[in-house]
Amino acid sequence: MTIQDVIKLLDATPLTCKDKLDGEVMSACGSDMMSDVLAFAKCKCVLLTGLCNPQVIRTAEMMDIVAIIFVRGKMPDEAMMELSEEMEIPLLATPHRMFSACGILYETGLRGGSMDG
Amino acid sequence: MADILEFTYEISDDDFTRAGEASSDVKKKLKKLGVSPDVIRRVSIALYEGEINMVIHANGGKITIQISEDSITMILDDKGPGIPDIDKAMQAGFSTAPDNVRNLGFGAGMGLPNMKKNTDSINIETKIGVGTKVTMVINL
Repeated sequence: MTIQDVIKLLDATPLTCKDKLDGEVMSACGSDMMSDVLAFAKCKCVLLTGLCNPQVIRTAEMMDIVAIIFVRGKMPDEAMMELSEEMEIPLLATPHRMFSACGILYETGLRGGSMDG
Repeated sequence: MADILEFTYEISDDDFTRAGEASSDVKKKLKKLGVSPDVIRRVSIALYEGEINMVIHANGGKITIQISEDSITMILDDKGPGIPDIDKAMQAGFSTAPDNVRNLGFGAGMGLPNMKKNTDSINIETKIGVGTKVTMVINL
C-alpha cells in the first residue's frame, strides 16, 4: 500500500509534502501517546493520532514514520506544517475518528506489528 | 587510539516545542557519516527519549555525543532534581511527569525502559538536588 492508497481509504486531505505521497506503507500505529509510539512503532509505518503538536513530527522523524494522519479533522498549525516540509514527512487530515480510521486500514490487511513490541 | 568525533548540545529549559532538535541534528550527522539505519534508529530513539526527559524533569542540560570506530556514546548531563529511586524509574509505566506533559503525549513511563532497550549499556549516576548523568553506549 502507498500513502496515496491511505488517503483514498480514509477520505484524507494531504496537507504537506504533496509530492511525496508515493511512499510505501507497511504498518500502522494509532496513538495519542508519543511515548508509546517511540516504544512500539514499526518500519515504514503511518502514524494515526489525535495529538496535534510539533513533538508528533519530531517523534515521527526519529521513528522514520512515512506519514502522519491527524484523525477527527484536527489541523496542524503553520509551524508544524513547516517542520513537516523540512523533515519531508507528509501530514494528512482525515474526518474519521481514531477507532474508525484504524479499522478501515486494518480491514485492508495493514497490521501494527507483533504484540511483543 | 582511534579518533573520536565529539559533538555537544546545550538543551534549553522547558521549551517543549524545541525538544528534539539535538536528536534531530545527531540523526542527520550519523546519516552523513554512513552509519547503518538500524543503529541510527536506536540512537535516535534513545537520545530523543533522553532529551525529552531533560526538558520535562531537569530544565535542560548538556548532551555530549562521542563517535569512535566501534561505538557511539551519548552522555546526558543535567542539574535537575535527581532520581530518588532508579529501579522504580526503570519500570515500564512508572512516571512522575506532570499532567501538562502527559497532555503533550509524553510521560507514560516508557522513557528510561525504552532507552535501555535501544542501547547496549546504560549507566545512571544521580544525586538528589544536584543532577543526573545518563551514559548510553551503542556498539557499532
